[in-house]
Amino acid sequence: MITFKSDKMEKRSARRTREIVIPGDVLGNADEYKAGENAYELDGKIRANVIGTKTYTNDAVGVTVMGGFYMPVTGDTVIGIINDVGPSNWMLDINAPYPAPLHVSEVPWKVEFGDTSRFLTVGDVVLLKILMVDESKKIQVTMKDSGLRKIEGGQLVEISYSKISRVIGKSGSMIQMLKNMTDCRIFVGQNGRIWIDGDGENVDVAAEAIRIIERESRSANLTDRVREFIEKRLPQSEEDEEEDSE
Amino acid sequence: MVLVNEDGIRIDGRRIDEKRPIKIEAGVLKNADGSCYLEIGKNKVLCAVYGPRECKPRHLQDPTKAVVQVKYNMEAYSVTDRKRPGTDRRSVEISKLIAEALENVVQTELYPRASIDVYIEILQANAGTRCAGLTAASVALADAGIPMRDLVPAIACGKADGNVLLDLNKEEDNYGQADVPLAIVPSTDEIVLLQMDGNMTRAELDHGLDMAFAAAHEVYEVQRDALKRRYTEMSKKEGDSDE
Repeated sequence: MITFKSDKMEKRSARRTREIVIPGDVLGNADEYKAGENAYELDGKIRANVIGTKTYTNDAVGVTVMGGFYMPVTGDTVIGIINDVGPSNWMLDINAPYPAPLHVSEVPWKVEFGDTSRFLTVGDVVLLKILMVDESKKIQVTMKDSGLRKIEGGQLVEISYSKISRVIGKSGSMIQMLKNMTDCRIFVGQNGRIWIDGDGENVDVAAEAIRIIERESRSANLTDRVREFIEKRLPQSEEDEEEDSE
Repeated sequence: MVLVNEDGIRIDGRRIDEKRPIKIEAGVLKNADGSCYLEIGKNKVLCAVYGPRECKPRHLQDPTKAVVQVKYNMEAYSVTDRKRPGTDRRSVEISKLIAEALENVVQTELYPRASIDVYIEILQANAGTRCAGLTAASVALADAGIPMRDLVPAIACGKADGNVLLDLNKEEDNYGQADVPLAIVPSTDEIVLLQMDGNMTRAELDHGLDMAFAAAHEVYEVQRDALKRRYTEMSKKEGDSDE
């Protein structure tokens, strides 16, 4: 255990320390860099817009946010919860600053006018795709795509949307490992909601693993540590490579 | 009543150009998107920020930008005589002032139709609560991860016993000649809030504002420090937690 810890410490100090910046902090000179994400230019200086860590991308300097709200982007797959039912649409909460209406023409069923609540009612959870976000941030969502449906059973885990990329991992390595090791069906929404379905304890272990990922999202070797955690909780006796279909 | 003695020492032992000790802590409330607790002298302020979220009285919605809604509230027990709870003329005025000051820095155009709600609760008051409230609100906004140009530090100057003073306390405010709260944007030195209650000469005002500007920059450092502390703590926790 001790060796493991010191090993880890070394790795962390070897990495470039991440500088935390606060709105208004100077990130660099405008003649050297361009204003990147969450940054603006003022009097020849690039300044930060939000609290986060300073990041360089090509010739720009910007800020990677920590926390904040999910902003819907066209094409994102998200998990929504139904808030309200109208005669020709449903209102969904997708963890964004704005509500998302789902029109009857965007569901895979044939719905008569006023018959909406027979298909989906308040409290139902659905997989969605963001169809469109216009200039005034009016959102349209759809369920007409492969894999999009109403969710039944399983568990919903909510984490900060900025940690979603760590849950997925490099080209899906983390999520693939989670699926294989816990034998669960996992669906990750870009808005920070994750749905897990599987047998008994496996679901709880997967949910806990995701919490660990959220908490320790910025430490090195996260995949290995999560693997270790799952192995401890779920002895992988039959190491069968069962590929899950999403 | 002697507010400033012949040595230039005030009743709470400060020099005329000295501000009260200030303490800021960010991220104190679990359920708020951003929060801040601030103490300056005997003032105690708690601030919570929610949003950007759907703008709730619908008619306040702006299709081009987000609205900043501030609610400044003094607790009934915050002053020596019990304050009648609820909104009054004074709290409506202060809420509006703070909202307008914050709208200058928050990038409201990123969230059309939404609202950013700021709740400022004065737990203990000892003059200068609007400055304390605004200082706390800007820290809470930054803690909520809301895009903003800069923080907003605020501090008051004024005049009592014929002396121009920095950061008046309650006695100096009540028995003095003038109270001038000031809030600035540190990166540009823009003024986002300036009021004057009482009388001062032009020269006195200029001198007072010079002091207040310098002090506001000091307050800004405390704000930054509070936010940095909060986020280094967070990343440390992320790094260290070993089951």
